[in-house]
Amino acid sequence: MGDVALELASITKRFNRVTALQSASLAARRGTVHALLGENGAGKTTLMRIAFGMLQPDSGHISVNGIRQAFSSSSNAIDAGIGMVHQHFTLVPAMTVTDNIALGNRGVFNPVRTREALSALAERTGLAVDPNARVEDLSTGAQQRVEILKALSRDTRVLILDEPTAVLTPFEARELLLRARKLVNNGGTAILITHKLRDALEFADDITVLRHGSTVWNGPTSDATEDTLISAMLGGERMLTGAGAATGVSVASGRVVMSLQNVSARDASGVERLRSVTVSVHAGEIVGVAAIEGNGQRELLRVLAGRTAATSGQVTIPAVVGFIPEDRQRDALIQDFSLRDNIALFGAGARHGVQKWGNIRKQTRRLLRDYSVRAHDENIRARALSGGNQQKLVVAREIEGSHTALVAENPSRGLDVGAAAAVRARIRAARDTGAAVVIYSSDLDELLDFADRVVVLHAGQLREAPREYESIGRMMLGVSAI
Amino acid sequence: MTQVLPFVMDMLVHATPLIIAGLAVAIAFRAGIWNIGADGQLIVGAAAAAWIGVSVSTEFGWLALPLALIIGAIAGGLWAAIAALLRSRFGVLEVISTIMLNFIATYGVSYLVRGPLQEPTHVYPQTSSIVSGAHMPTLIANTQLHLGFVMALILSVGTWWVMRYSAVGFRIRASGASPFAARSAGLINVRRVTTAAFVVSGAIAGLAGAIEVSGVTFALYENISPGYGYTAIAVALLAGLNPLAVIGTGILFGALETAASTMQRNVGIPATTASVIEAIVILAVIAFTQVRAHRALRVT
Repeated sequence: MGDVALELASITKRFNRVTALQSASLAARRGTVHALLGENGAGKTTLMRIAFGMLQPDSGHISVNGIRQAFSSSSNAIDAGIGMVHQHFTLVPAMTVTDNIALGNRGVFNPVRTREALSALAERTGLAVDPNARVEDLSTGAQQRVEILKALSRDTRVLILDEPTAVLTPFEARELLLRARKLVNNGGTAILITHKLRDALEFADDITVLRHGSTVWNGPTSDATEDTLISAMLGGERMLTGAGAATGVSVASGRVVMSLQNVSARDASGVERLRSVTVSVHAGEIVGVAAIEGNGQRELLRVLAGRTAATSGQVTIPAVVGFIPEDRQRDALIQDFSLRDNIALFGAGARHGVQKWGNIRKQTRRLLRDYSVRAHDENIRARALSGGNQQKLVVAREIEGSHTALVAENPSRGLDVGAAAAVRARIRAARDTGAAVVIYSSDLDELLDFADRVVVLHAGQLREAPREYESIGRMMLGVSAI
Repeated sequence: MTQVLPFVMDMLVHATPLIIAGLAVAIAFRAGIWNIGADGQLIVGAAAAAWIGVSVSTEFGWLALPLALIIGAIAGGLWAAIAALLRSRFGVLEVISTIMLNFIATYGVSYLVRGPLQEPTHVYPQTSSIVSGAHMPTLIANTQLHLGFVMALILSVGTWWVMRYSAVGFRIRASGASPFAARSAGLINVRRVTTAAFVVSGAIAGLAGAIEVSGVTFALYENISPGYGYTAIAVALLAGLNPLAVIGTGILFGALETAASTMQRNVGIPATTASVIEAIVILAVIAFTQVRAHRALRVT
């Protein structure tokens, strides 16, 4: 039993009125790998940002090696021996590995000495990188090794890894976790933020589970089983059986509107995210897609909406599919255009001749009224609308534009309760009038409330799931379903 | 009082290439393309029009004029197409490529008027005069004001109409204002739309050069453009990229330049004063619009 290297004691953190952490605690022993588990939005990253001095807690305290610390910035944390590797890399692509490691150091930059120190560190830790390579030429795995070396180069004794395996191939991920185990053998400590149960069970000595910002389980890995961790992460009391979704419309009675046959697709950087997926969506049903971020749900929705081409397989979709993207500010609306112009955006790519502005104006007024978008008139800029009203405008445009098919990605994210309810009601109404609807929501409660049928994506592969909270949770985590 | 009419005529003659090149810049900027190369495209258009003007036979008659204008526009469009292709294929920043193409155009013309296109006596660095069939008709006798000014007005109104009322114009504006939303919500082929807008912008700048040759200079010189394409950027920005407003700002800058040379001749004030005033006007406008945008953001 080593003594405690990093302790976070009853940390509470609020952002405006949202409580991100409610007296969350974590104690990582020296010479161990400590896994921090939790669903999306459970507060894992917030807690670790507090440990790294990027955020300050509203209450609670931090101790390093038994000494109380109050970090006012990351440099305090670095001085105390804490290093963090972020989920999104913070390297300068155009600079060499050596330059990136030296960045943020104080004093005079000595390239030769930095390179030597780097090589020695790389050898000691077994994290091989070419010190002279430019970061942009490196693979993702190698970039991550650079991030880790950078964190370790500052005399780090506690290393925090935020979802380190999310961007890696399974082989690279395994390699990395084995390295992390080796690191702690020399008296260091690693904290692994993850939502992958298996990684935690296989590589961690201790596990802490967060749910809704509070620590709900902690202890040595030997005391944990898959079941205890799942019920801790998802909340053991939860057993939803689908109340509120069924409408009497018999599922799969309608004709097939959208279908994919063995479809694969890549993301913008060329990584295959969707692997031979087969699914069909019928008129009058809502199919809910459950997945942990980065498992191909983005690509699945865009292929179904006709926004991304499949790399292989057969895609059958209507000519016009309504699409409500997650990032409405960027992908759904032109902020500096008037509401009328934003309505005109629908189908603009295929239009010919003269814009029928009179009709578009009338239609915009009708949509603003029917969907209760609170706007002075149709001439104001989209930027001037609140988030909820922006989303109502998008929902109105996409549903009225295509009554046959609708694809929505986190349609109620970031909306206040009233607007979220209105958006959900509209999407249900579209289903009831015969539209084929596909919805992704990172909120499993919302998804179950919505969907007539649920499919789960894990590592780009799609499976039908029972409409039942726990099984879906297991399948999302890649644990075989019952 | 007798001074006023010639001044106005001069001003409108000067404004003509500025209005047309200003439209070229406005279209490109609206599409989100930072075409700094209107000057090069204008010069290439002028060279192509001059080449037609000196090489067609007189039997062509008045047909030489439309031929020169069309070839000038095509040449300008092709010149812009180089930068457009570099951008869409390889992601080369158009700001840099168009500036470089400006230099190539400027010195390319220097070569032409001392080499293959030089006048037969090989004394002056210029071409011989274009055939009379390629001359732009004069609007008012005994003045320099030519049909090109009317073409500039028609082109402005036409561009305004297309940008505002046509599906194509809407696609251009949407692609420039937000390529992401244009692609995702509008299903617009943003790459194709912006590339086409870039080429059209070049063609219009080329037309400005062709009109300058057929309406004012009647031959190709070195320095055929005293930076028209650069002033055009100011013209377009000052007009808020509105094609109708470009008429006004083009005339304003035409007046400044005409007044500058008049003042230098009659009162001895250096002509460069006009450039200083132009720069101050642009700075003031940019500062003003920024302040307004800043305020608007703070309210919401």
